[in-house]
Amino acid sequence: MLELPVRQPGPLDRRDARSKLAALLVFLVVISTARSAFPETAAALALLLAAACVWARLPLAAALRRAAVVVPFTLFFVLVCWMAGEPGRGLALAVKSYLSCLAVWLVIATTPLPALLRGFESFGAPRFLLMVAQFVYRYLFVISEEARQMAQAALARGGTARAAFRLLGFRAAAGALAVLFARSYGRAGEVHRAMLARGFRGRLRCLDAPRFRPADAAFLAAASLVPVLARLAAERLA
Amino acid sequence: MAAALVEVRGLRFRYPDGTQALNGIDFSLEAGESVALFGANGSGKTTFVMHLNGLLAGEGSINVCGLAVESGNLETIRGKVGLVFQDADSQLFMPTVLEDVAFGLLNRGMEPAKAADRARSALQAVGMSAAADRAPYHLSAGEKKRVALAGILAMDPEILVLDEPTTFLDPPGQRTLADLLRGLSQAKMVITHNVRFAQAVCDRAVFFERGKIAAHGPVEEMIARFDWDFVTEPTKFARR
Amino acid sequence: MHIPDGFLAAPVWAALDGVALPAVALAARRAQRGMEDARIPLLGVMGAFVFAAQMINFPVGIGTTGHLVGAALLACTLGPASATVVMSAIIAIQALVFQDGGILALGANLFNMAVMGVLAGYLPYRLWGGGRLRRFAIFAGGFLSVLASASLALGELLLSGVRMPVSVLSLSMTVFAVSALLEGAITLAVMQALETMQPDFVRRPAGGRGLALAAAGAAAVLLAAVGVLFASTAPDGIYRLAQLTGIGGRAGTLFSTPLSGYEIAAFGSPWLRKAGAGLIGLAAIFAACTVFGRLAAKRSA
Repeated sequence: MLELPVRQPGPLDRRDARSKLAALLVFLVVISTARSAFPETAAALALLLAAACVWARLPLAAALRRAAVVVPFTLFFVLVCWMAGEPGRGLALAVKSYLSCLAVWLVIATTPLPALLRGFESFGAPRFLLMVAQFVYRYLFVISEEARQMAQAALARGGTARAAFRLLGFRAAAGALAVLFARSYGRAGEVHRAMLARGFRGRLRCLDAPRFRPADAAFLAAASLVPVLARLAAERLA
Repeated sequence: MAAALVEVRGLRFRYPDGTQALNGIDFSLEAGESVALFGANGSGKTTFVMHLNGLLAGEGSINVCGLAVESGNLETIRGKVGLVFQDADSQLFMPTVLEDVAFGLLNRGMEPAKAADRARSALQAVGMSAAADRAPYHLSAGEKKRVALAGILAMDPEILVLDEPTTFLDPPGQRTLADLLRGLSQAKMVITHNVRFAQAVCDRAVFFERGKIAAHGPVEEMIARFDWDFVTEPTKFARR
Repeated sequence: MHIPDGFLAAPVWAALDGVALPAVALAARRAQRGMEDARIPLLGVMGAFVFAAQMINFPVGIGTTGHLVGAALLACTLGPASATVVMSAIIAIQALVFQDGGILALGANLFNMAVMGVLAGYLPYRLWGGGRLRRFAIFAGGFLSVLASASLALGELLLSGVRMPVSVLSLSMTVFAVSALLEGAITLAVMQALETMQPDFVRRPAGGRGLALAAAGAAAVLLAAVGVLFASTAPDGIYRLAQLTGIGGRAGTLFSTPLSGYEIAAFGSPWLRKAGAGLIGLAAIFAACTVFGRLAAKRSA
């Protein structure tokens, strides 16, 4: 499970989620569509991300490790491209996806997910869907903990890990899933009753959204322009 | 004589699967009273309290603060009866503590800024001000229970109903909760198996048995009468 | 199969964003069922369930294990619109919080798994779930949902210019087929366990009504999965198809929007432009089928 590093908030944390999202999208488009002078462009953008990481007071090593999540998937395609006689494309895929991952991580590490979801609402995403996502995130760890306990209990009855997998068997695993389903469904009912008990009448109301301040606008302008300029410069100079 | 806060006469309730959960309950609660609800699992305690704010509807009469518990009055009644559920995770469903405590106030149509202020006061009352912007997941069981209580207190109820509040709590957590509850002036109903907690917080108790209230009286009397303490005679499980 | 950023060509991810987001918005409206926010806790908690369910390992033999993906199970228990919303929420969280799947590619992943995966998972059940073929229907739902999602993803990657030798392609399809079989088996086993436990969890499909539409929908989904895969290996075929249906020309004008100058400069390859135009056309057809199917089903329900 993701445990975001506990740290002192930095300048990026204070920025409005919407400005971070918009800047992220610009960055992703810039790196994704990069074609000519790719090594130079990629290097420039990588340096940019590293600088942003340091400015945001995020641990660079953790960031680099986190972005490596995408590597197993890309490794397969690097191989495929190499087999198809296009090693350059494979490498480009790997670099693009890695840098994109890093950029996304920078945003999520400095923005709580509920704030990000709220930001998407300003971009026109359906409110119902965003609230469902908010609840999924809230109960993700609760239900996962229940699942982990069930798996552990099965393990305890099974002896060793390998034995448990054989012992657990298909039917038993399906039964466990069905039980988890039923418990989750029951919990959903409890949550709904708890909402009703505190006056819920059909619409989830939220506290005020944070305001979009001049500092956020400045950040958005800078964070959007710099990657574009960096790429243009790299392409011009290469 | 002032009307009782809660007045229940002949309450019956059957679940859709046919179980007769409540078999004619008579109950009353005066202002400022603290009542413990004892009884075996499945004897109807939780089912009973869910009728007080209209989450379940059975036959018989229930009056809360002078109002009959029926669809027209539910909004008012749910503001008067504050129900703290057994599993705090089911009750703390908003992303941050502050948003959760403000939930009930926002539902009433209160201005978000005012709701946030009231929520902060409620958090202060339970000693959880520092947690206002944290996610509920990171809190301990005791902290979650206090936040749940704050969410109820923010709505200024006249009756507090707590369903097995000491489950998941360690002794220090139980102590904190007991002290907190003793300091509150609202009438209280506490479903609990924890006799020491009941003794600390409540003046009288009722004993549920198969959907009926078998007896009521002072807490100690109910404990003794129904042998409701796990402390057995020294000789019973003596080591040889 | 969550596609990360950087893999798909701009026309591909842009087109899919344009198709998936309205489809998901439509599903959100249907899932609300006019009850405003009352269904949010249920869909949210069940979304958490699907996440958690991936921790429970199913033995596949030869020492490997697999896990539930969940689109078909959700569709059969909560209904297709709700299932799409739940899957969308999950995919969004996976992309944002776990960087499993890209942000620009979100539309593609949503289309593959939350829209097509759910449709493919639900339609067999809708067609045969009420009769003697019920167990087969549930299995088929699980099977088709994973197969459709994976094939679409592969097709989109091929369309974006990733060239795959035939050996690798066959290997990938084999792996997809195995995963699909596993999903079918798991979905069926869990549904059976659920029915034993609590018959209310499992919706009985209406059957009878809207059967022709459901069949048309099933055909559309199959066409989508197979069609994109086929088309992606024969780019000229798409272009010709697009020309035939008259969409090619219009897609060309779509392409010369302000953004397109940037794209064309970035993608000198004319093949990619043709493929992109063709994909937009195809995606438009699929979107139309989906919307039509839903609207029609809504009227008949």
